[in-house]
Amino acid sequence: MDLHHFSLRQLREGLHNKNFSARELTETLLQRIHTLNPQLNAFITVAEATALASAAEADARLAKGESGPLLGLPMAHKDIFCTADLPTTCASKMLENFVAPYSATVVERLAAAGMVMLGKLNMDEFAMGSSNETSYFGPVHNPWNVDMVPGGSSGGSAAAVAAGLVPVATGTDTGGSIRQPAALCGITGIKPTYGRVSRFGMIAFASSLDQGGPMARSAEDCALLLDAMAAHDPRDSTSHPAAASDFLRGLDRPLQGLRVGVPEEFFGEGLDPEVAAAVQAGIDQLAKLGASVQSIRLPNNPHAVSTYYVLAPAEASSNLSRFDGVRYTHRSHAVENLDDLYRKSRYEGFGAEVRRRILVGAYVLSAGYYDAYYLKAQQVRSLIREDFRRAFAEVDVIVGPTTPGPAFGLGAKNADPVSMYLADIYTIAVNLAGIPALSMPCGFTRSGLPIGMQLMGDYFADDLLLNVAHRYQQETDWHLARPNLQTGEA
Amino acid sequence: MDWEVVIGLEVHAQLNTATKIFCGCSTAFGAEPNSHTCPVCLAMPGALPVLNAAAVDKAIALGLAIGAQLNRKSIFARKNYFYPDLPKGYQISQYELPVVGRGQLTVQMGDGIEKVIGVTRAHLEEDAGKSLHEAFVGQSGIDLNRAGTPLLEIVSEPDMRSSAEAVAYLKKLHALVRYLEICDGNMQEGSFRCDANVSLRRPGAPFGTRAEIKNLNSFRFLEKAIEYEILRQKDILESGGSIVQETRLYDANRDETRSMRSKEEANDYRYFPDPDLLPLVLDEARIEKVRQGLPELPDAKRERFMQQYQLSAYDAGVLTAGRDLADYYEVVADGVEGKLAANWVMGDLLGALNKAGVEIQDCPVPAEKLRLLVQRIEDKTISGKIAKDIFEEIFHQGGEVDAIIDSRGLRQITDVAAIAAMVDAIIAANPQQVAGFRAGKDKLLGFFVGQVMKASQGKANPDQVNALLLERLQKAD
Repeated sequence: MDLHHFSLRQLREGLHNKNFSARELTETLLQRIHTLNPQLNAFITVAEATALASAAEADARLAKGESGPLLGLPMAHKDIFCTADLPTTCASKMLENFVAPYSATVVERLAAAGMVMLGKLNMDEFAMGSSNETSYFGPVHNPWNVDMVPGGSSGGSAAAVAAGLVPVATGTDTGGSIRQPAALCGITGIKPTYGRVSRFGMIAFASSLDQGGPMARSAEDCALLLDAMAAHDPRDSTSHPAAASDFLRGLDRPLQGLRVGVPEEFFGEGLDPEVAAAVQAGIDQLAKLGASVQSIRLPNNPHAVSTYYVLAPAEASSNLSRFDGVRYTHRSHAVENLDDLYRKSRYEGFGAEVRRRILVGAYVLSAGYYDAYYLKAQQVRSLIREDFRRAFAEVDVIVGPTTPGPAFGLGAKNADPVSMYLADIYTIAVNLAGIPALSMPCGFTRSGLPIGMQLMGDYFADDLLLNVAHRYQQETDWHLARPNLQTGEA
Repeated sequence: MDWEVVIGLEVHAQLNTATKIFCGCSTAFGAEPNSHTCPVCLAMPGALPVLNAAAVDKAIALGLAIGAQLNRKSIFARKNYFYPDLPKGYQISQYELPVVGRGQLTVQMGDGIEKVIGVTRAHLEEDAGKSLHEAFVGQSGIDLNRAGTPLLEIVSEPDMRSSAEAVAYLKKLHALVRYLEICDGNMQEGSFRCDANVSLRRPGAPFGTRAEIKNLNSFRFLEKAIEYEILRQKDILESGGSIVQETRLYDANRDETRSMRSKEEANDYRYFPDPDLLPLVLDEARIEKVRQGLPELPDAKRERFMQQYQLSAYDAGVLTAGRDLADYYEVVADGVEGKLAANWVMGDLLGALNKAGVEIQDCPVPAEKLRLLVQRIEDKTISGKIAKDIFEEIFHQGGEVDAIIDSRGLRQITDVAAIAAMVDAIIAANPQQVAGFRAGKDKLLGFFVGQVMKASQGKANPDQVNALLLERLQKAD
């Protein structure tokens, strides 16, 4: 019984039919984590004791006849979500020893649903990166080829789900951090509409762009998890009053009459031909399912990366000011005075990429530069939003590649930050606009690396994206492919 | 040639909400350090601000009271700087779009002269915590109880031309926030603090370079700091120097201002809109609801006092300068003559409070008791002089008006026969003075009145004593 390949629905059936208990399921996956994590480095913290305790509690609730859709099902959180009583590091030395006295709203909601949390997942430091190589705890390896990056920043989440360490995981997406690693690891992930999922307790990178979301091996499992994650949260002022929705109800709707737009700007220079071909095949598949396909323009998309790399660092430079060496963070020893305390603690506590973005952010906000950078970028952001508004007057879903290429080698792009930033060239505009977008597998390269296809929808069309992806996955089996991993088992 | 002083004030009024501006922690003063904190005001990772609606309503109340433009949409911004008592590394404030726009305040200067002072804006922001240096050796303590307390920063136009005008404006604003019950006005605890921008110029010339003086936590310090600053700047300008734009600290112990930092050393605060908070949108219904709840404001109350109690503009101004005093007066004046009540409240009561260093809200004599005392004068039970003695006693030792009158036998003697007997006795005992009076020394009447009052132990009705004395003395034997 390959429990580690089961979908949430299969696992739930198994629990209800008493084929296995939540405890047995948990033990099985913990064992798999122990076996595989040394190769993958997907987990920063494995929460064995608390996982077994939650599993026992879930078994007791199941025995009483309770039947929540997620009761007893295992998962893991990106280590950006605060968890009471477990370390929350954000993959930074700065928070190496930090234990939050509270849990993020998302963590509370999934725990209340009876899910069993197996641990905290590796990521780029403070979610800044596209390869998971900026983690203080070392890079994550791609399960399809351990010499390759898993993508980032939710690289631990993507690798853990792809490798069958957990059926589902949470991720966060500021400029592509759910979709890009989902594409590179061959899984499905959705960045919901901004305001769907509470940001309370989710360590902020760029507040106006950050959004938590589910990562899983199918659209259906994403829908199940998002159902529990999305809700209005009075503790988050940017949480939308209509955040909650039923993401399962419309999953099976036929795609007859669906209007699909394909942006010309997503198929230009820099796109790997194998990726282009696989995505084109995916679009053809949608047409076969009844969708009408038309070409559209997103003329301001080419400005998205530069806009993002002004606004996201600006917000980050301020958001990360609280990590100052005074209260709960890393504090440098042997400091002479207050300035020294700030300078050394922050220099030692933050990695190079985080420091770079703080400097860029402080620069674009500083007197004399604000208008030329920050304000200008906000104006371009409005234009990008306007692009999508115009597009969604004509089409229901926009489809294109998630990334310009498949997973790249560890260390390949470290020397050149800009080439790394371009890994998010297709995902960033979505965050700037605040619309939902999903990535799902649509093929493999000849060398066996997964390729992702991105679906973008209008505000609050998250359910439509899940519906399209689910119908696609009913007809294709890219999402069912599993990497070959050496478990040492016979 | 004369110098003209130009003054603008920035006032931080701590809004008296029960909880902080962006979280549910208590704002109570004086608690154990760091006991009124939570993940939000401790700036734990992932914690987010949620705006306290009560703080917004209090800002609206001030805006309405000064006839200000209320911005239907205002923006919270982050003011970025590092300091240990600023846990987030930024203060949430309002920068480009404040909730309260342009308004004005009219102050009464002496001689019935009124002056209108423009208010540029008032914006909502959070307070920082406190650094504690005394209790620790080689270390500093941080108390974040105050971090996140709501403040309304009220910025005036540079419309004041003397320290007296600045003090009048600050007093008026102080009275206003207390009337509105949006701030407790406690200057010692820092709930109402003031910074002053001071510059000099030749009359008619453009504004000179200003110095900003911080840490002015009393009306007196404001006055003294401005006076000091005028002399300092005058000295520099008249000896050919120029004023440096800088922040200066007022040291009350040495009565001087000292440089804190110059413009060049000033922080670049890197303001930008706070992405954690949506724009603050005010709708008409909300503004109207606050308007309905506004109390009678000082200017309206002053007018009413002049009409209703027949008071002079000066008396009405003094009595309505503070809401507590006005309320006290109205209880006293309810049933006695308005001017007599005003004399007692402004004279004996304020004098005694001043001497004892007690605020009106802690007055040991309840207004009802003072009213009864004044009533006992009006109904001629006691004389005004006796009333003053009783007041002194009640103020310091307590006790009931009627009980003191009865137990001491202080009731006024109004029996004509009894007074006549005393008058006759005094006249008989002082033949020389009688002769003097009758020879034209009118002033001697006072001597006789004094003697009779003394003989009656102050209890004889003075009007009757006067009348009887005149009658007897003018009658030739």
